[in-house]
Amino acid sequence: MTATILTVDDSASLRVAIKIALTTAGYAVDEAGDGAEGLQKATGGSFDLIITDLNMPVMDGLTMIESMRKVPKLAGVPIIFLTTESDAGMKQRAKSAGATGWVTKPFQPDSLVKIVKKVLGK
Amino acid sequence: MSMTADPVAIFRTEANELLERIEQSLLDLSVRPDDMAILNDTFRSLHTLKGSGAMFGFDALAAFTHHCENAFDRIRKGEIPATEDLISVVLSAKDHMRALIEGTADLAHGQDLLKQLEREVAKASGAAAPAEKAADPRVTWRVRFRLPHNALVNGSNPLALLAEMRELGDVTVVADTSAIPPLDTIAPTECHLGWTVEIVTDKPRSAIEDVFIFVIDDMELSIEQVGGETAAPAADAAAPVAAAATENAAPQQRPAGEPAPANPTAATAAPAGESVRVPAERLDELMDRVGELVIAQSRLSQIAASSLDLNLRAVSEDIERLSNELRNTMMVLRMVPVGTLFGRFRRLVHDLSRETGKSISLTTEGEATEVDKTVVERLADPLVHLVRNAVDHGLETPEQRQAAGKSETGQVRLSARQAGGEVVISISDDGRGIDKNRVREKAESQGLIMPGAQMSEPEILQLIFQPGFSTAAQITNLSGRGVGMDVVKRTVEALRGSIDIKTNMGHGSDISLRIPLTLAIIDGLLVRVGNGRYVIPLSAVEECLELSVEEDLRSRGRSFLSVRDALVPFLRLREVFATGTEPDRYQKVVVVSTGSERVGLVVDQIIGDHQTVIKAMSKLHEDIAMFSGATILGDGSVALILDVPHLVAVGQSQEAQLRAAG
Repeated sequence: MTATILTVDDSASLRVAIKIALTTAGYAVDEAGDGAEGLQKATGGSFDLIITDLNMPVMDGLTMIESMRKVPKLAGVPIIFLTTESDAGMKQRAKSAGATGWVTKPFQPDSLVKIVKKVLGK
Repeated sequence: MSMTADPVAIFRTEANELLERIEQSLLDLSVRPDDMAILNDTFRSLHTLKGSGAMFGFDALAAFTHHCENAFDRIRKGEIPATEDLISVVLSAKDHMRALIEGTADLAHGQDLLKQLEREVAKASGAAAPAEKAADPRVTWRVRFRLPHNALVNGSNPLALLAEMRELGDVTVVADTSAIPPLDTIAPTECHLGWTVEIVTDKPRSAIEDVFIFVIDDMELSIEQVGGETAAPAADAAAPVAAAATENAAPQQRPAGEPAPANPTAATAAPAGESVRVPAERLDELMDRVGELVIAQSRLSQIAASSLDLNLRAVSEDIERLSNELRNTMMVLRMVPVGTLFGRFRRLVHDLSRETGKSISLTTEGEATEVDKTVVERLADPLVHLVRNAVDHGLETPEQRQAAGKSETGQVRLSARQAGGEVVISISDDGRGIDKNRVREKAESQGLIMPGAQMSEPEILQLIFQPGFSTAAQITNLSGRGVGMDVVKRTVEALRGSIDIKTNMGHGSDISLRIPLTLAIIDGLLVRVGNGRYVIPLSAVEECLELSVEEDLRSRGRSFLSVRDALVPFLRLREVFATGTEPDRYQKVVVVSTGSERVGLVVDQIIGDHQTVIKAMSKLHEDIAMFSGATILGDGSVALILDVPHLVAVGQSQEAQLRAAG
């Protein structure tokens, strides 16, 4: 059973990088360009995991995570956010918003996959 | 007023206070890492803990604390910054110190902490951290965890966490279901389970922590090493944490080089707040109030005694009992047995003996004598100095002693006793004594006295307290300590005490510190002499006898009484105080002693025992040697407290004079 992952990021290049890393590892990947689109896709679809940037136009990542946690079908779906080492305060805020874990940017494809595996329980 | 004089028990209390203090300082430091005052304070506390730990034979504690102290020494000198990691390691180390004191320490854990400390110090100083030693054997970790209540909603999967732990090694999982609420109140989205997982793995502790990386800040997690390498899984996962601590009580030898546990968990934390520090002034204030209460209560008792009102009498008795209890409690609050001080010297003398190659036997006496806490604290350094002096300069080498016909083992004796309103602490040795001629020569050469000046023996001996006075031999061991005899004297005088030196060439010296106990309450014997009432400290009283008319007549013109076949010099207080009254028909003799010397005090009447709040004499009266203080009696009148050591000295010298004359 292949897990399906939604990746939300306003940077197309980053979305591609994530997609390559994840599809190589055998996951199915869908994409969204901002928080609003991410929320819409997540609500409408069926994802095992969501990976999101925090700083995005239209709807930022924090608002998106908070909104997702209010959707019954999305409660319990792991959400991983992308953050930088320098932004320690953001980690706590994102966790309070309902995020499951984080990936520190810049990341190696391996470490991203490792974290995805960790959160999904293989 | 007896308190346990077990110095080790007292050390434990002190150590607990120090540990509390260290913890506070460390926590403060994590907010203000550059605050010199806190840094110095932390260093001092560690230093003190190490020092007194060594004194009481807590060698493991001293050795362990030494490393932390070193680290803080470097921080305080500005060599390395107080990084957050470093502080947290020292915090963990602090918990370990407590375990070491309580005897529940896991030695391997201590090794880990030291390695961690070493790493953090290296990191802080910018050097490369020492490499983790390879080839760890498999170790059993017991991991207890409980996820935050919203963990499931937020996408954390406990099954994933358990699966991840399974990858680390052989895992036994026990779920803790104790927190599951009744079915009708259960919230299906919340995580009610806790888990205890035992992992047998060769991976470091950090690998286990990594499993929880996303939730570690919000969850309950304890990771501890289990005694045996393949210990059985915990039968009862819900067992209280204390159980885990006991299991660690018997640490097993394990090769060093374990991964570093970062978090010794709540299991090792001892209950805090067992003692409270209170400013001494507040205690003084309370003491005064209690003293006044006691006086008022005595008046009430007298009024009640002459009243027919039974209710009044009943209330008065209640108040008497309560105020007595209050006074007793008050008394114990400020006083600590001098044994706290003496305990440290066993170790010191042991070390000095090694250092100097002299064989020394230390005897202590009167450990139960209670002293004001501040006195104990302030006398610690001077006493160390005096004991070192006694060993360094007083005692001879075994060869010299043999040549002088003494036993090879030198005696150093520490004693304490209460004498009226004073406590006398003596340090004596049976060494070579102080060479008065040499002291004199030295003082002359240093210009402290005029050459050939007329000086009494005590005056010459007092010269050694002059600042800057030192004989050549004195520079060796003591230099660099910053405490000289002048500091000893200043400290004692600051406590309004005095120092007596007695020395006997070739036979030893005795240095006595007399410290007044202005705050003390003593048990006294209330006596009447003429129309005046006086208090004799009960501790000095050996026995009370009746002075029969015949004996009284027989003893006239003589200086001693026969007390059960022993001759005891005596003083007729009526004559000493020149009361000008007729003696009672049946006079009493109160035999008092100051240890070896005894003297009988003839009084008119023994009224009874009387617990006394000692009040210092006014400036105007403080030179009257007969009395060491005063107290206020129940009817509001003043009774003087007799200075027993002085009276004994007077009695003895009177006897000597009479003997010489007759």
